[in-house]
Amino acid sequence: MLYFDRVSKEYENGNKVLDNISLTINHGELVSIVGHSGAGKTTLIKLLLAEEDPTEGTVSFHSDNIHHLRGNDMTNYRRKVGVVFQDFRLIPNKTAYENVAFAMEAAGKQDEDIAEDVPHVMDLVDLKDKMHQFPHQLSGGEQQRVAIARAIINRPEIIIADEPTGNLDPLNTYDIVQILKKINDLGTTVILTTHNKGIVDNLGRRVITMEDGRITRDQKSGKFTM
Amino acid sequence: MSNNNKSTLTKRILVAGFRGFYRNRTVSLSSIFILTITLSIISSFYLSRAIFDYTLGQIREKVDVRVYFNTDATDAQIGDVKAKLLGLSQVKSVTYTSKEDALSSFKEKHNGDQLTLQALDELGSNPFGASLSVIAKDTSQYESIATALSSGSGLLGDSGGAVDKINYYQLKDSIDKLNNIIGWIDTVGFWISVVFILMSCMIVYNTIRLAIFVYRDEIAVMKLVGASNMFIRGPFIVEALLYALVATIFSLIFFFFATIWVAKKTVFFFEGLNLHLYFTEHFFSLAGLLLLSGAVLAVISSLLAVRKYLKV
Repeated sequence: MLYFDRVSKEYENGNKVLDNISLTINHGELVSIVGHSGAGKTTLIKLLLAEEDPTEGTVSFHSDNIHHLRGNDMTNYRRKVGVVFQDFRLIPNKTAYENVAFAMEAAGKQDEDIAEDVPHVMDLVDLKDKMHQFPHQLSGGEQQRVAIARAIINRPEIIIADEPTGNLDPLNTYDIVQILKKINDLGTTVILTTHNKGIVDNLGRRVITMEDGRITRDQKSGKFTM
Repeated sequence: MSNNNKSTLTKRILVAGFRGFYRNRTVSLSSIFILTITLSIISSFYLSRAIFDYTLGQIREKVDVRVYFNTDATDAQIGDVKAKLLGLSQVKSVTYTSKEDALSSFKEKHNGDQLTLQALDELGSNPFGASLSVIAKDTSQYESIATALSSGSGLLGDSGGAVDKINYYQLKDSIDKLNNIIGWIDTVGFWISVVFILMSCMIVYNTIRLAIFVYRDEIAVMKLVGASNMFIRGPFIVEALLYALVATIFSLIFFFFATIWVAKKTVFFFEGLNLHLYFTEHFFSLAGLLLLSGAVLAVISSLLAVRKYLKV
């Protein structure tokens, strides 16, 4: 469902961060992308989110080149992709409930559906009793769970989690990974970038290792090796 | 998009706008404060324009061309000159002062000045002639009225012989000066208001831009979770409209009390013009002007500021 075809990305200052990447990610996979800082993981994610354009090559979702999508097509694509960031990126002046509901409102869902789905998903991430609190009233782990709830609320085809546990302690890290695993078990494709060896080894799923903008290893059931 | 979806979208944008306005009180207040100052500057120009126009009107009323008749001029001759003057397109009004009225107003003016009054009595007869005071529609037209009245033009015909003198040429210098001053004040006043209003527009734009700068990351997140540009912009437009509404109310309240105070202080100075009365009479047109300029200013500033962050 996701195809990188000979993708390169070079910034204006001549810094080449991705070098001829070709990659296919199938529906229902849970893929970990690992590598040192500066290996190109974050750029890869930015290309997937169409936050940046590749210098060469194409990134396609099903048969659409995502960098050619404009206006409504781009909005629709983004609704099929749920994103979780290392720094959570919740909207600070909206409560946890409103942050999650916002994604549904943006997608034009009916009020009744929002009233039904949001508490359900908040329950799934175990935050039902704190859903009317503002982000600054929640711990890091709780904020990340809100972010996950927001990412999955519209039943996206893919969840992209960019270092989702980077700011969390081991206990919260474990929780977040379990939630992502559960989401994947329910049929959603999950793409995870991480530095955390424990997570990758524990998952026992596909691992893509990146170094200097290239893919150096792609294993069906891999371990964190660098 | 169906009507149902449209109304849901409108409702959500309104709710988000009101909620944002309330929750970001500090930001809202600073924007409202700056906008109130801008609207107050606009109101000041609106009201000072009224004072200016009124004062000019008063000065203009005081300037006239006076036609003095010989003491032996007949009523028919005076009536004829008056009719001919009224026939001129530049003339706004002609007021007749009879010989007797001229005498009594002279006596009144010199009441207590025994010497002058005695001298007048010595004369035995009324030395004053009747006169016509001619008010032009515009101060610049006095010259052409005076030219039409001059003996060379033949306008007055036979009645011209009854005219003793026309005082325009004595007043010419002051009338020219007045015309210059009016023209000058008009131009300078216009440019000062343009500069002030432009400056305050820039300040409003920058304040709102700073307020929205705070939201740049949020706007990026909204885009990433699939919100359309309209859905992101909408609440900012609602907030901008609320700023304009509150700022308009604040400036109107301020000027309601300020004009009471100014009216008290200036009622003797501008006899006949009560600034507070003027304010209440023009309340709705001023309110409309402020609301419209505030809304246009705030909404355009918001749209320009948000546009920058929508390009994710």
